[in-house]
Amino acid sequence: MINGLDQIFVIAKGLLLSLLWWAPAWVVQVVSAFVNIAAVLAVFLTLFALISVFERKILARIQNRYGPNRVGPFGLLQPVADGIKMLVKEDIVPRGADKVVHFLAPIAMVAPAILALGVIPYGRNMTAFSIDAGILFFFAVGSATELSVFMAGWSSNNKYSMLGAMRAIAQMVSYEMPLIVTVLPVVMIAGSLSPDRIVDAQAGYILGLIPKWFVLTPWGAAAFLLFFTASLVESNRTPFDLPEGESELVAGHMTEYSGFKYATFFMAEYFGMFAVSGMAVTLFLGGWHAPTAFLQFIPSWIWFFSKLSVLLFTFIWIRGTLPRIRIDQTMKLAWTFMLPMAFTCVIAAAVWHYAAGGILGWLESLAIVSLVYAGLSQILGARRNLSVRIYRFAE
Amino acid sequence: MIGAGILKGMAVTARNFIGSYFEADRLTTIQYPEERDKISESYRNFPFLVYDGDDPDAGLRCTSCKICEKECPPQIIYIVQDRDEKGKALKHPKVFDIDISVCMGCQICVEVCPFDSIKMDKSFELSKPERFRSLLLHKSDLAKSNSYYHEISPTQATEVDEALAAAAAKKKEKAKTP
Amino acid sequence: MNLFHLLPFVVIAVITLAGAVAAATLSNLVHAALSLVLSFLGVAAFYFLLGAEFIGLVQVIVYVGAVAVLIVFTILLTRPLPGARKGRNWAGVFVAMAVLAGLLWALHGTTLPASHPLASNALTVLAVGQKLMTAYVWPLQAVGIVLTAALIGAVVLAMEEKR
Repeated sequence: MINGLDQIFVIAKGLLLSLLWWAPAWVVQVVSAFVNIAAVLAVFLTLFALISVFERKILARIQNRYGPNRVGPFGLLQPVADGIKMLVKEDIVPRGADKVVHFLAPIAMVAPAILALGVIPYGRNMTAFSIDAGILFFFAVGSATELSVFMAGWSSNNKYSMLGAMRAIAQMVSYEMPLIVTVLPVVMIAGSLSPDRIVDAQAGYILGLIPKWFVLTPWGAAAFLLFFTASLVESNRTPFDLPEGESELVAGHMTEYSGFKYATFFMAEYFGMFAVSGMAVTLFLGGWHAPTAFLQFIPSWIWFFSKLSVLLFTFIWIRGTLPRIRIDQTMKLAWTFMLPMAFTCVIAAAVWHYAAGGILGWLESLAIVSLVYAGLSQILGARRNLSVRIYRFAE
Repeated sequence: MIGAGILKGMAVTARNFIGSYFEADRLTTIQYPEERDKISESYRNFPFLVYDGDDPDAGLRCTSCKICEKECPPQIIYIVQDRDEKGKALKHPKVFDIDISVCMGCQICVEVCPFDSIKMDKSFELSKPERFRSLLLHKSDLAKSNSYYHEISPTQATEVDEALAAAAAKKKEKAKTP
Repeated sequence: MNLFHLLPFVVIAVITLAGAVAAATLSNLVHAALSLVLSFLGVAAFYFLLGAEFIGLVQVIVYVGAVAVLIVFTILLTRPLPGARKGRNWAGVFVAMAVLAGLLWALHGTTLPASHPLASNALTVLAVGQKLMTAYVWPLQAVGIVLTAALIGAVVLAMEEKR
C-alpha cells in the first residue's frame, strides 16, 4: 500500500526541489543528486555510529558483561566520545612511508564503500541512483577496495603491514568469485541487473502469507548463506579478520595509521558491511517488501532497515561466536567448498525456473543442493584425521 | 556436515545473549563504584589503632611497647613514647606513624602486639593526589574506635573483646587473692 | 560541439593521458602502477561517456580489480635488477614510434561519425548477452576454454613449486 508515510522522504525531497522552480533542468538534476547523496551519507553515518556502540554492547552481552554504559543513556553517546578521541589524536606518518600513497589509501578505501551504498533500494522509489547495471556497479566498486588495501599496506613501509595487506588481498580476491557467482542465480531468475527490478521480482505473496523472496527457495537459501559468508570475508570480519587480527599482525595493513585515518578505515569496513548487507537484503530477502500481505501498511523503508539490522546483528553474533580462521583454511574454504556450491546454486536455480514453479521443480532443486552439500561435506571432512591424537613425547 | 559446529556455537552464544537479560548468573558484572562487592571478613589492607570508649587519644590500647616497630619487615612504623612533665615514660604513644605507601599488609604487627591494639583495616579507596606526605598516616588518622572494629570484623572483634575481658577478670581475681 | 559534450571529454582525456604518461615515466614502480590504475579509470569513464555502461563496469572489475592487483603483486614479489638504469632504450623508442605511426595511420583511415553523440540504442547487458549467445557463441566457448586452460596451468605451476 503506497501511503504517505511510505513515501515521506520522496515527498520531502519533491518539496525541497520545488523551491528550485526557477532553475533550468540540469540544475535541478544536479541538486537532486546532491540531496540523494546527502541523505545516504546522513543515514549511514548515523547507523555507523550506532552500530559501533551496539556491536560493543551485543558482544559484551554474549560475553556475560555490560558493554559501554557510562557515556549517555545506556552508553549510546559512546560514538561521540570515540569520535572526539579519534579527532584529537596525533596523526603519525612513519618516516620511511610513502606520504602520498599513505594519505590516499584511507580515502581510496572509503570511497568505493560509499559508492556501493548508492545503488541499493532503501524503500519504494527510494534508490539513490537507479542504474540499469546496478549489481555490476556494486561489484565493480567492491573490486576497487582491494587496491586500496594494497596501498595502505605498502605505503606503511612495514613488514607486518605488507603481510597483512597481501593476506587481505588474497582473501578478498578469492572470495569475489563465490560472491559474484552466488548472485548469478538471482540475476538469472529476475532477468535484470538492476536492484530495483530484482526487488520487484520478489513482490507478491503465495496465499497472501508466504512472500516470494528468493531466500525461501532451495537455491536461494544456499546462495544467501554463501553470499553472507563471502560478505563476511569481504568486509574482513571475524572469523575472517586475519588481516587485521591484533594478536597476529598488530592491525595488519592499518598498523601505521592513527587518529582520523584509522577512523576512516574503521568507517570503510563498516560501510562495506552495510553495503553487502543491503545488497543481501535486496537480492535475497525481498528488499523493502513486507513478509506478509497484511503487514504492508508498515512503510517499506522500515522493513528494509529492520532486515538490515537483523543481518548486522548476525554479523556481530558470528563475531562473538567464532575464533579466527587461518589464511590457508580460508583459501581452502573458498576454492573447494564455496565455489562448487555456488555453481550448484546456479544449476539448481535453472532447474527451479524451468519447472515453472511446480512442486517437482522445488523438490529437484532442493535435491540438487542437498546432495552436493552432503557430498562436499563428506569429501572435505574425510580429509581431516579425526582419530585420537597420540602424544609421543608427553607422558 | 559443514557448518553444523558453527550453528551449535551460535546457539550457545544466543543463549548467553538472551539469558544475560533474564538470568542473574549470565551477567555477573558488578558496576563499581555504584555497586560494591562483598568483602570477606579475613580481607585486610592496612593497619589501624583501636581505642576503647569515646576519646580517640586517651582510649588507645597501645602502650608504645615498640614490638611492632621492631618486627615490621619494611620498618615503616615510627613510635615515640609519651613522657609526663617529670620525664617519666607513660604507657601511651606520643607519635605513631605508619607509611602506607610502603606497607605490604603482612599483618606481622597485628600478630606480635600483646595488647590487641593494632588491627588490620579493610578500606582500600585511599588514593591521594600526591605521593609522599599524604600517605604517611599519623596517630590521629590511625585511631579508630572499637565499635568500628566490631563493624568491620565482628567475629575477630568479639573474640578480642572476650579475651581482653577474660584477662581483666583473671587479673582482678589475682589482685583479690593475695 | 557545445560545452556540455566537450568539457567532460576534455577532463577525462586529461586525466587518462596524465595517468598514462606518469605510468610510463615515474621511477617509483608502485607509483607508476597506481597512475596506470588512474588511466584505467579514465578509460572506464570514456566508456560511460559513450553510453556503454556494461563495458565500462567490466573494465573497472577486470582492469582495476584484477589486472592492477596482478601488476602490483608482480612489482612486490620481484626485485629490480641492479644497475639497469643507464642510457636510453633506443630499441624501445623505435618500437614505440612504430606503434604510434601505426595507430595514427589507423586513426586517419577511419571515418568518424558526426560530432554529436550516437543516436543508436544504448548498449544494454541484454543486447550483449543475446549477441554472445547467438552470433558469437563459438568465440565465447573458445575464450572459456582458453581461460580454463590458463586457470589449470596456474594451479599446476603453483602446486609444483610447493613440492
